[in-house]
Amino acid sequence: MTAQGAGVVLDVTGLTKQFGGLTAVDAVDFRVQERQICSLIGPNGAGKTTFFNMVAGQYEPTSGDVIFDGRSLRGLRPHQITARGIGRTFQNIRLFTNETLLENVLVGMHSRLRSSPVAALLRLPSQRREEAEAHARAMDLLKLVRLDRFADESAGNLPYGMQRRLEMARALASQPKLLLLDEPTAGMNPQETLAMTTLIRKVRDDFGVAVLLIEHDMQVVMDLSERVTVLNYGQKIAEGTPREVQRNDQVIEAYLGRRHKRPEDEVAGAHA
Amino acid sequence: MSQTLAPALPTASRQPNFGTLARNLFIAVVLTYPFLDLAFGWQALLAFIPMMLMITLAMGLNIVVGYAGLLDLGYAAFYAIGAYAAAFFTSPVSPLNAILPDSPFFWMQDFWVAMLLAVLVAGLAGALLGAPTLRLRGDYLALVTLGFGEIVPRLVKNLEPWTKGVKGMNPIGRPYLFDCTFGVDPCTIFGTQYKLGMIPYYYVTLAIGALSIFLIIRLRNSRLGRAWAAIRDDEIAAQGMGVNPVTTKLWAFALGASFSGATGAIFGAYLQTISPDQFEYSTSVIVLCMVILGGTGNVWGVMFGGLLIQSFDRIFAERLTGWVHKFGAATGVPAVATLLSNFDLLRSRLFIFGLCLVLLMALRPQGLLPARKRRESALIDETEEEANARHDAAVAQAGGPQ
Amino acid sequence: MAGFEFLLQQLVTGIANGMLITLIAIGYTLVYGIIEMINFAHGDVFMLGAFSALTFLQLVGAQAVRRVRNVDQAPSPETYLWLVLAMILAMVFCAALNVMIERFAYRRLRRGGRMAPLISAIGVSFMLQNVGLYWKGASPVNFPRFIPQIDLVKEIGIDSFVRFTTKDLFVIVVTVPLVIALTVFIQRTKLGKAMRATAQDRDAAQLMGIDINRTIALTFLLGGALAGAAGLVSGLYNNTANFQMGFSYGLNSFTAAVLGGIGNLNGAMLGGVFIGVLAALSDGYIDPRWTPVVIFGTLNLVLILRPTGILGQESAERA
Repeated sequence: MTAQGAGVVLDVTGLTKQFGGLTAVDAVDFRVQERQICSLIGPNGAGKTTFFNMVAGQYEPTSGDVIFDGRSLRGLRPHQITARGIGRTFQNIRLFTNETLLENVLVGMHSRLRSSPVAALLRLPSQRREEAEAHARAMDLLKLVRLDRFADESAGNLPYGMQRRLEMARALASQPKLLLLDEPTAGMNPQETLAMTTLIRKVRDDFGVAVLLIEHDMQVVMDLSERVTVLNYGQKIAEGTPREVQRNDQVIEAYLGRRHKRPEDEVAGAHA
Repeated sequence: MSQTLAPALPTASRQPNFGTLARNLFIAVVLTYPFLDLAFGWQALLAFIPMMLMITLAMGLNIVVGYAGLLDLGYAAFYAIGAYAAAFFTSPVSPLNAILPDSPFFWMQDFWVAMLLAVLVAGLAGALLGAPTLRLRGDYLALVTLGFGEIVPRLVKNLEPWTKGVKGMNPIGRPYLFDCTFGVDPCTIFGTQYKLGMIPYYYVTLAIGALSIFLIIRLRNSRLGRAWAAIRDDEIAAQGMGVNPVTTKLWAFALGASFSGATGAIFGAYLQTISPDQFEYSTSVIVLCMVILGGTGNVWGVMFGGLLIQSFDRIFAERLTGWVHKFGAATGVPAVATLLSNFDLLRSRLFIFGLCLVLLMALRPQGLLPARKRRESALIDETEEEANARHDAAVAQAGGPQ
Repeated sequence: MAGFEFLLQQLVTGIANGMLITLIAIGYTLVYGIIEMINFAHGDVFMLGAFSALTFLQLVGAQAVRRVRNVDQAPSPETYLWLVLAMILAMVFCAALNVMIERFAYRRLRRGGRMAPLISAIGVSFMLQNVGLYWKGASPVNFPRFIPQIDLVKEIGIDSFVRFTTKDLFVIVVTVPLVIALTVFIQRTKLGKAMRATAQDRDAAQLMGIDINRTIALTFLLGGALAGAAGLVSGLYNNTANFQMGFSYGLNSFTAAVLGGIGNLNGAMLGGVFIGVLAALSDGYIDPRWTPVVIFGTLNLVLILRPTGILGQESAERA
């Protein structure tokens, strides 16, 4: 675990989201330390993605607050939150499929570039310098995810695993302090999963970002996370190191249903 | 996996020499066209000027429709606003003419100043229309722009004291260069007098068109241009990347409209008269046709589509019809001659444009020259179906998108 | 005195016109309700409906149909028979046309986002207008008078400036039963149920064994039939037709459909009458020249401020 003295990047208090009568996320408290890798797990429909979407500003919370880097994110639009320093990927990859890989990463830099449209029309020296630097930085990021040689390819042409990596590079382009990854290894084969796990750790080490991920692959969660939070029916039911969470009765119950003393339920052990 | 992948082809080798040659030839013909026209007696110069104006107009619309992905069915409204703004400042029949000459703002009556003002006014109108529509979904946005496109010509018709109503405004201030006033012969250049006819208009139109293309390409390859593409492809992802959808769309509306402002000013000066019926719905749709036919989002595609539609509309439809009539008469069979003399392509232009749109949507929705060809490449070691299948499996496992 | 009567008169005209708009608006609302597409060509189908009815009446006119010479002369009984036939013909023609349009121009674009079908529909609209131009020429054509214009208010012995004529009555007598019949069809029959199911969730409806293609074709068929009826009614009411009338009537009707909450039949009627009355009031109190501005201004305000319509029942938004 990271040192106790490390600052808190994300501090969520009492975050709640109701859709009509349904409470998707129910008064969740949550913290991410600087340079920490945290996982959010829970059965389907537990409210993980809803939680993500509230942090990223896609949904307005019904109540509660999100403090990022010491300031509240309440009322901010998603693009403002990105500018504050939260980068994200999406559960079902959302690349700009008609654009090249390079352009995808450059769009990721949007909030870090300053040139106005007028500067672009006149191609002022400041704008040219900024563009050149941005291109160089984008290429570096593509190198990091080993996609630099396809920089001029359309993103839609990439196979699935590469698309996930490109999405990662694009999220990093906004120079985030916190990276939200929504199921980064979903649909990957074991080698790809391993490569992605390595990449996430490398990104944390090299860029010093904190990472919050939603993940279904327990192997990945256990390998990667320094801290795991479990949601069920919108409520936080457990929190702690991977080992602690693994042994938590409530968690096992949430994943496998109420425990009966019937032999067929012993399959439980295998699953966890 | 990446070891098995071949390196990408260098960009240069994709451009064969033939293409460069054709391009240079095209540029040479365009630059010297008025003289070729004179020498060969093609008599198409007067068709080429409005043609190039329409293509420039399509370039502006392409910003809105092609780059930012916002379907605009009332683009002619901005064209009208540009044309009327320029006429408002420069025409002797304009009510402003009563006060401007003796005011400190007399310089606004200068054509070039008026044209810049028209650009500003049209751009402002674009932003003003854009502002309330940004939250709307695509098809509703299309309807709102259509409504706006219907309102503007009717306002022009009804606000007679200012716009001269259906009669239109006439004459309109002319552009000039040195001592040469465009369209007024003889034209004095450095002390010598020439009879140039409409040739100066050809070159000023060409210059405006070329400048537009130049500027639009710069915009496309800037931070704003990338934001447009991102918004068009996936608005939610774009927001997640820090793109502000509101300002991005507003810029598209404003910049798109401002190009039509310049075009409208030249158009009015060229025709020397403007009236509301020049800016109706069918104008908007024909410009839209040009953008869609050529390939939304690609400047060269739009130019190509514009050339196709405009040359059909202004040159070939008429001549083909004439040829068919002559052919009918030449056969000597009265029945054939009568039948063919009823053939009129110009009367069928709506049908042909409509059919073009329907066929394009069915067969090639990305247009004849799409923005970026999805190159078949050896790089990719997984077919799209496989990738999609894997993705679907992943989503299903995750319980579907929430 | 005259002020109030003038208002009443505008209301009468507005309601009759509004019923006509309703007939067309239903076509928009049904199609949008089921495939979320603005069938831009619908107004032009209506225009061709008017033309087909007119052509039919002209063909049989010489022998059988005696047009009304004086505005207050009652037509012969055979005339009604021919008018009914003309209406059936226009309905069948427009229904078939609309189904064909759906089959050839829209069906394959169903999964390709909102823009492609809309652009295709604009294309179809242009084509149909051109057909209309060839069919009846560029200038407005005269639609003969078959319906007398007897002032019913005077007939029952009230001396008033307000006229409620047999023509106004005719519009209401034709449109209201059609709208009721359609509502009953959609609420009560199996096919109507299939339509509602498809509108709510196409995939789920398909899983339940509903033939989606046939259901959507049926929707276009019904919308087309009503547009055909509206074509005839419009011709008999306005006594004029032209190849561009589909555009303006179409936009008025679409506005009505959105105003009433798209996908909502009662809303379409409410919206239709609202737009009809609004247009009549603008004609009467402002200036007919400003009426299109008023209508399009309303369209834009409604789309921007209240895209779910005044009734606001059915949200057009899908998450």
